[in-house]
Amino acid sequence: MARMATTRRVAVSTIAAWLCGFLIFFPILWMMLASFKTELEAFAIPPSFLFFHWTLENYATVQARSDYLHHALNSIIIAGGSTLIALLIAIPAAWSMAFSPTKRTKDVLLWMLSTKMMPPVGVLVPIYLIYKTVGLLDSRIGLVFILCLGNLPIVIWMLFTYFKEIPRDILEAARMDGATIGRELVYVLTPMAIPGLASTLLLNLILAWNEAFWTLNLSTSQAAPLTVFIASYSSPEGLFWAKLSAASTLAIAPILVLGWFSQKQLVRGLTFGAVK
Amino acid sequence: MGQITLQGVQKAFGPVHIIKGANLDIADGSFVVFVGPSGCGKTTLLRLIAGLEDVTDGRILIDGKNVVAVPPAKRGLSMVFQSYALYPHMSVRGNIGFGLKMAGLAKDEINRKVEAAAATLNLTPYLDRKPRELSGGQRQRVAIGRAIVREPKAFLFDEPLSNLDAALRVQMRIEVTRLQKQLGTTAIYVTHDQVEAMTMADKIVVLNGGKIEQYGSPLELYEKPANLFVAGFIGSPKMNFVTGDPALQRGAATIGVRPEHLKIERDGAGGWPGTIAVAEHLGSDTFLYVDAGPLGMLTARYIGELSLHTGDRVSLVPDPARIHRFDDSGNAIRS
Repeated sequence: MARMATTRRVAVSTIAAWLCGFLIFFPILWMMLASFKTELEAFAIPPSFLFFHWTLENYATVQARSDYLHHALNSIIIAGGSTLIALLIAIPAAWSMAFSPTKRTKDVLLWMLSTKMMPPVGVLVPIYLIYKTVGLLDSRIGLVFILCLGNLPIVIWMLFTYFKEIPRDILEAARMDGATIGRELVYVLTPMAIPGLASTLLLNLILAWNEAFWTLNLSTSQAAPLTVFIASYSSPEGLFWAKLSAASTLAIAPILVLGWFSQKQLVRGLTFGAVK
Repeated sequence: MGQITLQGVQKAFGPVHIIKGANLDIADGSFVVFVGPSGCGKTTLLRLIAGLEDVTDGRILIDGKNVVAVPPAKRGLSMVFQSYALYPHMSVRGNIGFGLKMAGLAKDEINRKVEAAAATLNLTPYLDRKPRELSGGQRQRVAIGRAIVREPKAFLFDEPLSNLDAALRVQMRIEVTRLQKQLGTTAIYVTHDQVEAMTMADKIVVLNGGKIEQYGSPLELYEKPANLFVAGFIGSPKMNFVTGDPALQRGAATIGVRPEHLKIERDGAGGWPGTIAVAEHLGSDTFLYVDAGPLGMLTARYIGELSLHTGDRVSLVPDPARIHRFDDSGNAIRS
């Protein structure tokens, strides 16, 4: 009896979970389907779900009208570069705050988080003017820099939480074993923090890849990443849903694939310490 | 060589004084145990010697050289932690050899030394396993292996056996003592377990409230405790303390008699009469907890089996040569 109740409960929660998952995924699925429709079918009401005339025409048009690879390369450089630099700064920062905290460490952490509380548009004008003056508009370096700054607080916070989980004894053991601070970081702390580092890296990569506010405002063509590529299809002369969907699908495909293959690592990192 | 001297060592965390001026001379090759109740500062004192904490005042000399400004790695000491503190991502080989790798030794020399240490500790079959694949006792041995392989001037042990079960603890206690004698390296061992202290130490440091109460061999502490605290802390079951008339008659504020120095007489006349509240029969020993009226509860120990039970009247007669006398401030009176 009890067993049957358990089985039923498992079945119900499994169905509920799949339903939730499907609901969340539905917009992306819809977008992917729309990218294979003609413009007319993409608009049609009632919409056809699977039984429409499948076509690759939108992809061909998108590729012909704009250089996907150019934007994709920019995305890789901007997201990858900003993530790497953020990690390089954040690892020692989080290390010192986790293992040699001072009275002000909490304040510093909160202050860093507070910078994320202000909407970015609040500083758009000054940043734009600064970028214009120093010639960083529409440059990859400029975008790497601003995205790195924007995500740094989150990266430091995440790493700080992971580092906090590492027992102090182990670091002291390394110190007794003759490791300098640098070697302690390389041989002991970093390998132990790899799940945390990996998920921080992935999350930051996804955030930077999808970041649209700064990339749209500070780049036009030369440094424009995939977000700008998508935006160029929501044009004032009319909505081209099918083409917009094709562009979006192309833009999110790399990060979606990356996320799919690293989901185990990502989940493990995000629940690090929660289940021990 | 591994001679360690503490001179007026003090440690304060803000306004809280943890160590209130410790003076100590630890001879080369000796096994010294720091013992005391939790919060007495024994671990802090060990960490000060290790260099993991900075001293607030005083000097720590290792082989005559003041090391208070020397980082832990350069003091030539190695430490075994309560939590083992093994590197989880390294194999047993990597764990034991880490210190040698940091010292820049050649790979084959590291391997040779690691294998020798592993052989001493019966760890050879486990060299390529990760710590999580080992049992508690094996992990403890890896931690010890990591300490011995560096041939340090002294070993520092911070309650290393407290995470093991009772049977394993006794076995490891013997192994650690044997290993230390075999290597002849100075060892400082922190524990709150006075049985460990009595059985392992050449000399015991009894700490209480950040102060060294007494420093001496286990038998010195047992036979000539310097004060009430040491008298009560060393020995199991605890020493009986009696105040009032029996103490005053002997010119003391308090007298102490160990349970094994009370003679148990059945007729209930003479000595200190009382009623047995609890009798514990272990076969090898009999422990009697006796309600002695105005003198309070007294514990008596008899070697062997004694057929006495709850409610029986007995009389406890202290061995006059084994009565410890203490003055008003709790210090032993020697005469």
